[in-house]
Amino acid sequence: MIPLAWYLVLSALLFALGALVVMTRRNALHLFMGVELMLNAGNLVLLTGARLHGGAEAPAAMLFVLALAGAEVAVGLALIVLTHRTRGTLDVGAINFLRG
Amino acid sequence: MDLLLPLIPLFPLGGVLFIGFASRQLGEDAHLPAIVAVLMSFLASCAVFAKVWGGAELSADLFPWIVAGSFQTSIYLVADRLTAVMLMVVTGISTLIHIYSVGYMHGDPRYPRFFAYLNFFVFSMTMLVLAGNYLLLFVFWEAVGLASYLLIGFWFERDSAANAGKKAFIVNRVGDFGFSLALMLLFVNLGTLNIAEIGALQSRLPLAMATAIPLLLFVGATGKSAQVPLYIWLPDAMEGPTPVSALIHAATMVTAGVYMMVRSAPLFLGSAVAMQTVAVIGCATALLAATIGLVQNDIKKVLAYSTVSQLGYMVLGVGVGAFGAAMFHLVTHAFFKACLFLGAGSVIHAMHEEQDIRQMGGLRRYLPQTSLTFLVASFALAGVPPFAGFWSKDEILGAALHGGHTLLFVVGLFTAFLTAFYTFRLYFLTFEGELRARNAHPHESPATMTTPLLVLGTLALIGGFFNVPGFLEGAHAAGGHAELGAGHEGGMSHNALLLLSAAVSLSGVWLAHATYRKRDGVPRDALYERFARFHRVLLNKWYVDEIYEWLVVQPVMRGSRLLLRVLDKGLIDGAVNGLARLVGNIGGAMSVEQSGRIPTYILSMAIGVVATLAYVLVGGGS
Repeated sequence: MIPLAWYLVLSALLFALGALVVMTRRNALHLFMGVELMLNAGNLVLLTGARLHGGAEAPAAMLFVLALAGAEVAVGLALIVLTHRTRGTLDVGAINFLRG
Repeated sequence: MDLLLPLIPLFPLGGVLFIGFASRQLGEDAHLPAIVAVLMSFLASCAVFAKVWGGAELSADLFPWIVAGSFQTSIYLVADRLTAVMLMVVTGISTLIHIYSVGYMHGDPRYPRFFAYLNFFVFSMTMLVLAGNYLLLFVFWEAVGLASYLLIGFWFERDSAANAGKKAFIVNRVGDFGFSLALMLLFVNLGTLNIAEIGALQSRLPLAMATAIPLLLFVGATGKSAQVPLYIWLPDAMEGPTPVSALIHAATMVTAGVYMMVRSAPLFLGSAVAMQTVAVIGCATALLAATIGLVQNDIKKVLAYSTVSQLGYMVLGVGVGAFGAAMFHLVTHAFFKACLFLGAGSVIHAMHEEQDIRQMGGLRRYLPQTSLTFLVASFALAGVPPFAGFWSKDEILGAALHGGHTLLFVVGLFTAFLTAFYTFRLYFLTFEGELRARNAHPHESPATMTTPLLVLGTLALIGGFFNVPGFLEGAHAAGGHAELGAGHEGGMSHNALLLLSAAVSLSGVWLAHATYRKRDGVPRDALYERFARFHRVLLNKWYVDEIYEWLVVQPVMRGSRLLLRVLDKGLIDGAVNGLARLVGNIGGAMSVEQSGRIPTYILSMAIGVVATLAYVLVGGGS
C-alpha cells in the first residue's frame, strides 16, 4: 500500500502545477484549467485526511468543492465567452476591466 | 385687549397672501383685493381714531413672541393718539395711492406683484406704527425697508433701478446698525424694550447712556428719514414707480424715523446734547437738500430733494422739542407731497415717460385737474397761507425761535424761501408757458388717477386747520409743544412770526414767477447763469456722492479685493484646494496597485499566501 504521505505530495505537486499555470499562462482558458487543477488538488487533500482520520465531514466538504467547481465552470465559461466577444481576445494581460 | 388693533395690519397681510397665491388667476384684477384690504384697514383705523379721541389708550397683547430666560417679549400692539394720527395718514393715503396705481400701473407685466408689494408695505407700516415695544418696531422698521427695496427695484431690468434699490438698502443698514445698538443698550440698562416702560424709566439711565441711546436712535432715523449724512439714497429711490415714490418715499415710510423719535420723546428730552444734535442735523438737511433741489431738472428729483428738505424740518421740530409740530408737519407733508408726486406721475404718464421739466411747459391746458391740484400742493409746500404747509412749518420755526435757537430759525426761514422758489420754478416750467417737447400729445389721466389727486389736493388746502399738535398734547404731556404757548422770550409775537413767514414764502414764489413766467420765448435759468460756478456745484449735488465714492465705496472695494486675494483665494481656497490635491495625489499613487491585470493580482495573492504560510509555519505559530 502506498503511504498516505505520497498522496499529500501528489496533491501539493498538482496544486503547485495549477498555480504555476495560473501565474504564467496568458490565455484565460488555460488559467481556468489551472484553477480546476488547484481545486482538485485540494479535494485530494480532503480525501487523504478522510482516510487518515475517518469520519464523513471531509468527503462532504469535497462534494461541496465539486459542486462549487461546477458552478464556477458555468459562470467562468460564460464570462470567458462574453469577454472574447467584447474584447476580441482572451489574453489576460490585455484584459483590465478592473483598472483603478 | 382690543381686537380692533390686530385687524388693521391683518387686512393687508391677507391681501398679500391672497394676491400672492392667486396672482395668475387675478391678472389685471389684482387691485380689487388690494384696495379692499387697505380700505378695510383704513376703516378699522378710523374706528381706532374714534376710540382714542377722548384720550383712551388701546392695547392688544397678542401672544408671546420670544421667551429666552429673563428676556421675554410678545407681539404687543398699542394705540394712543399719536398712533391713531399715523394710522389715519398711512392707511388713508395708502388707499388713495392704491386707487391711483390702478391707472398708473395699467398694462405692467407684473401688475399683481405690484399690488402684493404695496399691501405688504401697508401691513409692515401699520405694524411699525402699532408696535408697543422697540423690538417689534425694529422688525417692521426693517420690513418697510424691504418693501422699499422691492418697490424701488420693481423695474429691475433697468440697471439704475436695481442699483438704486441696493443703495437704499445698504445706506439704511448703516442707520439700522445705530438703531440696533440703541436697543441693546436699552435692554442692558433697563431690562425691558417696552416703549411705555422705557419712557417711565428714563431717569434711571446713567448720564452717558442717557446721551448715547437717543443719539444712536437718531442714527437709525437719519437712515430711514434721509437726514445728513445718510440722505443720499432717497433721491435715487425715484427709480421706482411714481405711486411708490408718493407713498413710501414721501408720505409714509420716510417719516418712520420722525415717528420713532416722537415715540421716544422721553429719551430725547433726557439729553440736551442729543436734542441739539438732532436740531442741527435737521436744519442742515433742510438747507442742503433745498439748495440741491433748486437746480434739478427731473420732476421727480426736485420733489425728492424737497422731501429730504421737509423731513429736515420735521427733525428740526423734534430737535427743538416741538414734537407735536413735527407730527403736524409730517401729516400735512404727507398730504401735499403725496399730491405732488401723484401729480408728477400724472404728468409723466401724459408725457409718455418724459421726466425732464425742460421738455415740458404749458401742460395746464392739457391736464386741467392735475395742474390745479399740483398748484394747490405747491402752495402748501411753499408755505403760502392758508395752505397746509404754512401752518405746520410755522409751528416748527416758531418753536425754534422761542426755544432760543435763533440761528436755526434764520436758516429755516431762508430754507423756506428756497423751498418756495424751487417749488414754483418746477410749477412754472411744467405747467405754464408753451409745450417745449416736439411730438408730445399730452392727455389728462383717467379718473382712477385724478380722483385721488383731487382728494389729496383738498387735504393740502385744508390740512393746516387740523389741530394736530393740540390733539397730541393730551397724549404727549412730555412733548414740548406746551412751551410754544408759554414762552415768548424770543421777542417776537406769534402774529409777527406768521406775517414774516408768509412774506418769505411769497417772495420766493414771486422770484420764481419773475424768472420763469415768460409769456414769450423759452424760460431760462437766468438767475443761475449769473452764478455759474456755484450752479455747477449744486448740479453735482455738492459732490456728496463723489465724496462717498472716494471716502467709503473705493476703500471698501479695495479692502474687499485685498481680502478676496489674500484671505479668500489665498487662505481658504488654498486650504480647500490643497486638501483636495493631497487626497488626489495619494489616490493616484495607490491606484498604481489597481492595474486591473489579473496575472498581477494572482501573483500578489500567491506571494501573500506564501508569506502568510511561512509566517504561520516558521515563526509566529508558536
